[in-house]
Amino acid sequence: MGLLFSFFAVTALIVIVFIGVQAAHLHYLFGVIIPYAAFLTFIIGIIYRVVKWGRIPVPFRIPTTAGQEKSLPWIKHNKIDNPFTSLGVIVRMALEVLLFRSLFRNTKTELRDGPKLSYGSTKWLWLGGLAFHWTFLIILIRHFRLFLEPVPIPIEILEALDGFFQVGAPVLYITDLIFLGAVTFLFLRRVIIPQIRYISLAADYFPLFLIGAIGGSGVLMRYFLKTDVVGIKQLTMGLITFSPVVPQGIGIIFYIHLLLVSALFAYFPMSKLMHMAGVFLSPTRNLANNNRAVRHVNPWNYPVKVHTYEEYEDDFRDKMKAVGIPVEKE
Amino acid sequence: MAEPKPEELKPEELAKIEYKPPKTGWMDTPTVFKKGMFCYGNQPKFLKTVGFPNVRSWSVLDEDWKLPENWQEIFIEGLRERVGKYRSFRLFLDICVRCGACADKCHYFIGGGDPKNMPVLRAELLRSIYRKYCTTSGKIMGKIAGARDLTIDVLKELWYYAYQCSECRRCSVFCPYGIDTAEITILARELLNLLGLNTHWISAPVAQCYMTGNHLGLLPHTQKDTFDQMVADLEVVTGIKVDVPLNRKGAEILYYVPSGDMFDERGYFLTMATLLYFHEIGLDYTWSTYLSDGGNFGFFTTNEVAKRLNAKAYAEAKRLKVKWMIGGECGHMWRVIHQYMNTWNGPPDFLEEPVSPFTGTKFENAKSTKVVHICEFTADMIKHGKLKFDKSRNDNLIVTYHDSCNTSRGMGFFEEPRYVINSVCKNFYEMPENTIREQTFCCGCGSGLNASEDMELRLRGGLPRANAVKHVKDKYGVNRLACICAIDRAVLPALMDYWVPGVTVSGVHEMVANALICKGEKERTTDLRNEPLPGKEAKENV
Repeated sequence: MGLLFSFFAVTALIVIVFIGVQAAHLHYLFGVIIPYAAFLTFIIGIIYRVVKWGRIPVPFRIPTTAGQEKSLPWIKHNKIDNPFTSLGVIVRMALEVLLFRSLFRNTKTELRDGPKLSYGSTKWLWLGGLAFHWTFLIILIRHFRLFLEPVPIPIEILEALDGFFQVGAPVLYITDLIFLGAVTFLFLRRVIIPQIRYISLAADYFPLFLIGAIGGSGVLMRYFLKTDVVGIKQLTMGLITFSPVVPQGIGIIFYIHLLLVSALFAYFPMSKLMHMAGVFLSPTRNLANNNRAVRHVNPWNYPVKVHTYEEYEDDFRDKMKAVGIPVEKE
Repeated sequence: MAEPKPEELKPEELAKIEYKPPKTGWMDTPTVFKKGMFCYGNQPKFLKTVGFPNVRSWSVLDEDWKLPENWQEIFIEGLRERVGKYRSFRLFLDICVRCGACADKCHYFIGGGDPKNMPVLRAELLRSIYRKYCTTSGKIMGKIAGARDLTIDVLKELWYYAYQCSECRRCSVFCPYGIDTAEITILARELLNLLGLNTHWISAPVAQCYMTGNHLGLLPHTQKDTFDQMVADLEVVTGIKVDVPLNRKGAEILYYVPSGDMFDERGYFLTMATLLYFHEIGLDYTWSTYLSDGGNFGFFTTNEVAKRLNAKAYAEAKRLKVKWMIGGECGHMWRVIHQYMNTWNGPPDFLEEPVSPFTGTKFENAKSTKVVHICEFTADMIKHGKLKFDKSRNDNLIVTYHDSCNTSRGMGFFEEPRYVINSVCKNFYEMPENTIREQTFCCGCGSGLNASEDMELRLRGGLPRANAVKHVKDKYGVNRLACICAIDRAVLPALMDYWVPGVTVSGVHEMVANALICKGEKERTTDLRNEPLPGKEAKENV
């Protein structure tokens, strides 16, 4: 159900562009108003969500420790997987965010006759996820050329590296290829692996279809359909300088790409895609495991009713005295 | 209703596991309560003792769970309150991308194949309710947004699976965002407790612990009797008569352990071992009959009750005017000491930073909480050459070591016990690397699931651990499974008998005391279990 729903939702977005731009000629709405609104939703939404998380207390320091704790001086301490200091936490977080360290540990459990359980290393999800996120980032950075004039040197270098193999005209970006491959992989594993299909919701398929369609429309625009790049840059520069213009003659494919991107921006803050910001706040990863050395304070800690020693002794004084256990009150 | 006896379930049949999920979606697949997979419901008198709500008599298999009329309101209000108090909770409900990396990391899923035991789906059970009542998209879009109504069947399902999670945190090691199912389960159980929905196996020990200081309800004179018995047993084995300081004021150190160590067979040997060891080194310490349990089943109910049970630790240290504390071999007791105790009931300003009286070592890593793990203490003693061992007394043991979940993933306690074991045993072999240290598998009974009526759940959940033991038994002839957790000591023997017969279980310090050369001891011919030492068998048989 989630799969079909998501597929039709993304299809509907494309249809809307055909109706809105091709038929109703609402270029300004689709080229300016919707992108602005979507971007605003994105920024405000993310800030809202992060602030909301940030204001919730962290009552306990609960890092998941994945290495030897800091202990006696002659025992080798794993400073990254069981950080004791903020520096250790920063390294742990950096490895998590940049290289998906936890996912790198992934194993596949197999049960054979015997019974015999084995846990083989499996890196496909890690590799697919890493390829997806990193190429997405590089493609995003490449797009900055549309918002900056003159185009900064680092972006030109990035483009040159990305088109290193000099295949085709326009030159094929290797990231485009990897990106579409990775999205396809993430989609296929979701529908093929029975357990993953079982847990998948519309909220999992929709972003995949949306991002896949964004990639697809971008690739179509760059490599296959003729689009007015000069016109597009005029529009994007207009947006970034708050003096929006809508040049004539930009192909419908651009408006499709733009609406899908706008949809992603607007959808982002209310979706699981917030894991991008959330991972930084995860208490099992971003806290040092120095619990016994530094006291963690719970802001809402409150006094509780306890059964005191005095009450205990009152209950059992005779029994204690009978066997010679010292008591407070004779 | 007779619970399935372990012997009625044949291992080869139990190990035929179907991992393929059903054809119907999980929201449309009703949860069927299977005997052997759940614990009995709580009884009224124990709820009353600690003031849990909705005190009444009920049974899990009854149609009517006798909930208050406004139970939905209570649950949802409780949920809203808690997502505002625990950043972990809200974040973990919000950011899961359902990548499935956790799916086959759970021992209950590996051993049972029930898809709702995949950590991601276990969390979705509650997440779907959170979406419905706490998020806009869930309110509007309903099922398509992964939201569902809180019906009585949904509540029962939540109860069933909240007590099929042992809060071991193995999934959290593999999650790219560190989502910790233990945190979800802890709070799900807290919400269920608002409606008086607990298990007998958890709520009874909680009530007893509150009144008597320990889960088993051992009264002070009973504890004294047990210690006296241990002293007598030790004298038979070693010829040494040890002292047992009880509730002694002014000692340097307060030592406390899980109460299983006063009752369970392996625990009993461990406590005997500790008595001998402390006597030999001349430790200035005391036991306490009031602080007679470091374990905390309150931790498996609500944060508040956990804190109430834990309060006695620092209170007793203050009353007895000790300088610092040592904690015995226990799993969740140590997660509580390490990650919760100081926050709940600290700071213990009246104590001093722990310094070993024999080696002068400052335990820097425990300078605020002021509780040192007995394995840390012993490792330091051995490193400084303060203990003399006759390792050959353990030569008949071929040992492997089970990392308990809480000390592993809630602390990172790996090398200390291994160093101690290697110092007292010749034959030590590790289980496969994906089953030890931070990837260790639960015994299948943690977080209060070690009852007898849920034996099938225990055996299934224990399969991954047992299977790894079998691997080293077949390969190296391992015959001893060492551990530092009271629940392990109590439940692993049954698990071994079922899946890997021929492997015995013990605490680490039992082997320390076996090998420890003590002043004034007679020539030992048996170990603490009164079984012949290697090389002494013949004499016994004559």
